[in-house]
Order: sequence, then C-alpha cells, then structure tokens
Amino acid sequence: MSQTTIDIVNKNLAKRYAREKRFRLLGFGSVMIGFAALVFLLVTIVGDGWGAFKQSSVRLQLNFDQSVLSIEDVADEEQWQYGNYIGVIKAALRERFPEMTSRAQKKLIYRVVSPGADHQVRQLLKKNPEWLGSRQEVWLPADDDIDSFVKGHVDRSLPESDRRIKDTQIVLVDALQESGDLKLKFNTLLFTAGDSREPEQAGIRGALVGSFLTLLVTLSLSFPIGVAAALYLEEFAPKNRFTDVIEVNINNLAAVPSIVFGLLGLAVFLNVFGLPRSVPLLGGIVLTLMTLPTIIISSRAALKAVPPSIKEAALGLGASKMQVIFHHVLPLALPGMLTGAIIGMAQALGETAPLLMIGMVAFIVDVPGSLTDPATVLPVQIFLWSDSPERAFIERTSGAIMVLLTFLITMNAIAVLLRKRFERRW
Amino acid sequence: MPSGKITSVTEQTNQLQTAPSTGETKLANRANDYSQTVGNIRVDSPKMSMSNVDVFYGDKQAIFDVSLDIAKNEVIAMIGPSGCGKSTFLRCLNRMNDTIDICRVSGKILLEHEDIYDAKLDVVPLRARVGIVFQKPNPFPKSIYDNVAYGPRIHGLATSKVELDEIVETSLKRAGLWNEAKDRLDQPGTGLSGGQQQRLCIARTIAVSPEVILMDEPCSALDPIATARIEELIDELRSNYTIAIVTHSMQQAARVSNRTAYFHLGYLVEVGKTNDIFTNPNHKLTEDYITGRFG
Repeated sequence: MSQTTIDIVNKNLAKRYAREKRFRLLGFGSVMIGFAALVFLLVTIVGDGWGAFKQSSVRLQLNFDQSVLSIEDVADEEQWQYGNYIGVIKAALRERFPEMTSRAQKKLIYRVVSPGADHQVRQLLKKNPEWLGSRQEVWLPADDDIDSFVKGHVDRSLPESDRRIKDTQIVLVDALQESGDLKLKFNTLLFTAGDSREPEQAGIRGALVGSFLTLLVTLSLSFPIGVAAALYLEEFAPKNRFTDVIEVNINNLAAVPSIVFGLLGLAVFLNVFGLPRSVPLLGGIVLTLMTLPTIIISSRAALKAVPPSIKEAALGLGASKMQVIFHHVLPLALPGMLTGAIIGMAQALGETAPLLMIGMVAFIVDVPGSLTDPATVLPVQIFLWSDSPERAFIERTSGAIMVLLTFLITMNAIAVLLRKRFERRW
Repeated sequence: MPSGKITSVTEQTNQLQTAPSTGETKLANRANDYSQTVGNIRVDSPKMSMSNVDVFYGDKQAIFDVSLDIAKNEVIAMIGPSGCGKSTFLRCLNRMNDTIDICRVSGKILLEHEDIYDAKLDVVPLRARVGIVFQKPNPFPKSIYDNVAYGPRIHGLATSKVELDEIVETSLKRAGLWNEAKDRLDQPGTGLSGGQQQRLCIARTIAVSPEVILMDEPCSALDPIATARIEELIDELRSNYTIAIVTHSMQQAARVSNRTAYFHLGYLVEVGKTNDIFTNPNHKLTEDYITGRFG
C-alpha cells in the first residue's frame, strides 16, 4: 500500500522539529555570547577598579612646630599658605624611624608618604588653626609605590633592582603594618580631588564637575531646541520637498561620527567666534550639536505617537492649534521626549572624541567653578589616566570607569522607568 | 417608540421587494444616473445650507456637487455604503477636514448666511458653534470633570468656579451621564466604559453650547444597550440643537432622524423625510440600499 499523507507528514516532522531546535539554540547562543562579553567586561573592570576605592594611609604624629613650619606671624595668611609642611612630615617620619640615619635611608623613609601629602597637612591646619604648636595624630596617604605593594601588586620575591619598592622600604612597611600605623582606608581623595601627577593624590572631582557643567549646557540648549524643532516639523511645517530634505539631513546628522562635530567646534566656535578653549561652555555646545538629532528624532516619534483622535477632539471643541499642542499633544508626548533627552545626555556623558578636538584633554588640576573655567570630563579623564605610566593609575582608570558606568546605568534606568511609568495604550 | 417604527419599515420594504409596483421600471432606468439629487434639498429656514460642494483628496474627488440644507432643530441622518463620502461631507461642516493637508473643499457652505469657508472666517468660533462627536469615543486622558470643562475653559464661558461646576453638571445631566459620574468626577474619563465614554464626549461637546452637533457614526463602536442610550439622548437633544448624524445603521437612521440623505460614491442621491425614504424611496439605488441588496 502506498504512503498516506499523514505518513509523509510524520516522516518530515522530526526534521522540522530538529531545524526549529537548531534555530533556537543559535539564537540562545548569540544571546549568551553577548551576555558573556558583558560579564567579562564588568568583571575585569570591577576587579581592576575595586582597589581604587581603597588607599593605604600612614598614621604619623605631626608636630606643628611654628619654627619648623616657619609661621612666625600668625596673622599673615601668606605664611600659612607657604609654610614648610613637608618639613613637618619629614620630621615626623624621622621621629618614627630613628634607626634610619644615613642620607640614603632618610630619602627612602621620606618616600613612604605621598609627596603631595603636605597639601593635606596644610588643609588640616587651615581647618584646625588651634593645632599650631601642638602634636597631632594624622592619617596621610601613602606613596603609590607603597600602596601598590600593600595591595599585593608587587612580587616580594623579585630581585630588588626589578622593584620600584626597595628592601629597606619593605621593612618599613612591615613595621608600620605591625604597629597598625599603615592601613587601607576608603579613598576619599578619589572623590574630593582634581587630577594630579601623583596617583594617590588624583581624583575625579574635577572631571565630575566638568561633566556636570558640560551636560548642563548640553541639556539646556539641546532639549528646548530639539523639542521646538520636532514640534515645528511635526505640527506646523508644510509637507514639501524642503522639509523632506531637512528630515533626511537630521537623520544623516545622527550618523555623523562625533569627532566631526569636534572639528566643527574647533573651526567655528574656537576659530571664528573665539570662545575660550577647553571650557564646559564650549564642550556643551559641541555636544549639543551631537545630541540634537537624537532628541529631535525621539521627540518626533513621541509626537507621532499622540493619537490623532485626541487632537481632533480638541480641535472639534474649538481649540486653537497652540491650545491643542500645549494642552494635549505636549503633555502626552513629554515622557517620550524626556526619555529621548536622557538617552541623548547619556550619550553625551560618554563622549570623548569631539571634546579632544576643543582642548578638553588638557591636564587640569583645579576643580572648575564656572562654565568658562578650563575643565575636563569623566571619559576624557579616563582616557588621560589610561595613558599614564604609574601602576596605581591602572586601578584608578577602572575605578573612574565604574563611576562613569554607574551614572550611565542610572540615567538609562531612569529613561526606562519613565517610559514604563507613562506608557499609554490607546 | 423606536421598535414600532422599525417593523413598519421592514414591512414596507418587504412589500416593495415582493410586490413590485409600477414605479419599479421607472426606478430601474435611473439606477446608473445618480448625479442629480432626487428629493427636496432645500428647506424654509435652513440652519446650514450647502451648495455645489466638491471635496478632493489630492487628485481624487470624494464629493461631487452636493447641495443640501439642514433645517433648524432637525435631526438629519446621512446614510450610504462605506466610502460614499458621508463622513467626509459631515467633516466639511465644521472644517475638520482642514487638518488633512491634501484635502480641498470648494462650493458654498453657509451657517446662517455666513460662508464658513470664507478666507476671513476664524475656525475657532466656528467649531464652538458647530460641535462634533466622533466615531470612536475619544475622551482626553484627564478627569471626567476636566473633559467636560475643557471647552468652556478655552472659550472662557465660565467666569467662576461655581459657574463652571454648573456647566459641567448640566452638560453631564443632558448627556445622561450625571448619575453615573457625579461621584467620580475627578477620575480619568478614559476609565469609563465605551458607551459612557461616548456620552462623556457628547457632554463635552454640548458644554460649549454649540448650535449644530455633528455626529460621525457615534454608535459604531458601542454595544446595542449603549447605542439605545445614545439614541434616546439624540431624541432629547433635538429640541435644543440641530443635529447631523452619519450612520451605518439604517434602523438607527429610521429611529432618530427627521430627514435622511442617501449618499452613493460621493453623490447625494436622494434626500427626503425619513419616513418617505424608508417606505417609498424614489431612486433605485436608495431602494436597493435600504432593502439590503448592497452596502
């Protein structure tokens, strides 16, 4: 007897299911590859960057002797400013290790504490002027070589000539650790200091403030301009060849490499308009150019999503075009517009290339105080640190990346929440 | 009341089908000629008066040379198969077609001797005088109160909160929604049922006290019970307003209207007293449509 239809179907069935299974496995595999890449990225960054949030600190008995500090006249601000704070630290170190007497040994013990620690001592004395003339117990950041050794990044078994930390210093560190005078503490300097050539003195405060000021300019320019442009194109513009060309070009603009915007900023804003270089104001303007297409496109999508029936209802009641837009269309489209703006801001926050072109890559120690102070931004700070030779900058680079990622994830989470919260079904 | 009318209509149409009258041949001859409207398009004291209205969507003509009067305080029903242009025509009456870029209207449409397509005329007061209720209930995503109060607010009809409250209450009462909505005025209008939403939209329209209310298939998205409520409402509203209603349901047209206009492929084929149209149509196409031979 010949095969019935159902026999043929059954024969092919296994093959069909196998194909489906293969396809599903392929899809699952692709997702897993992406997921694995993400996990690898996060694990390496967090693994490297974790140490940046801890810093070895040394406890010293500082003697704020007026003669050592050379502050003779207490009323003279300048003497406080230029006091010999290094001398105080050195004296305390000599006191702590009286057995180190030779010149070479003294040089080594001075290098236990960060060469920039005098800055902290000055700050402390400024805050507590009554300390003058007394002895105080103070924790000061250790030098980055000592810090790396304490964190276990240095192999003790290497010959001394291959190590940046010398045998004598290892003895000192061991002694300090034993007496509890050397501990890993939370690295507050990372969040309170600007950039520095000394890793243990370097912080992201300057970059964070720079990023904040830059984004402030970007947001306050790109959101109103973007929304107004989207409103005009969606609600008022006549549909003709000219608006078609504009629309195509906005979409093209969104795909332009960001460094081109940097070149534009350099050529136009710096050279033609003569704005000061490497300032948040200029950075914000350049990033505005970059985020505008994103905001316009998402705002138009949000406006398009407002059901025409609502507009018709308002028009049918005799509302004018402006009333329809401001009473009905904008409130309904606003969450979508804000979502687009936040995503645009997240993009701008992570942007490096255009800012390099306008000089925001400079080494800037001071925390910027205004829109026209020289500044750098977080991603550029990461770029700068990743280029630095000191071992301790590796973990600081990753630490700064962690901070940047935290901000980006938070911003995107807000965007998602906003979208979820105000999502409407019609 | 309405059900009695329906049976009479069906009886009549059955008679027409089973026992062809002598007029049948005369009607058949005209089946392909519908460019001339049959019936009396003019009334004595028209609220609105349309003459030679053509409507184009781009190059495509949707309405061909339609002339029609709408009398004061009458309910006129516009019926016809899908795509016959009845909604397009209705939307011309308060210039809702302005929102469609490619739509072009020519001819004369008068609202009490005033040409509403005059270049100098402002559409904002026009739409306050000629309100519209749409096919799908479209309350604003605001509270019930704000939905009804929106029109009076933008036109500044109420000078105080008390006055506004009063307008909202009377409008909701007239729309037959007051009893259901009075305890939840601050809740969103979108949370009401479909029929309630449509009555809310009617309340919103009458809150502006328009002279004419246009209804574009107001019951097509509603169940029979909600439909019956709306039809009762139309019956109550006719004493104060002039109503033009587009409907797909011939029974509905028969129940609620004084006059009926039958549209076919953009032409106004026949217009007349509703009773006459449904019992003794003069045009073959009208007869075919109301007897259910097509449409």
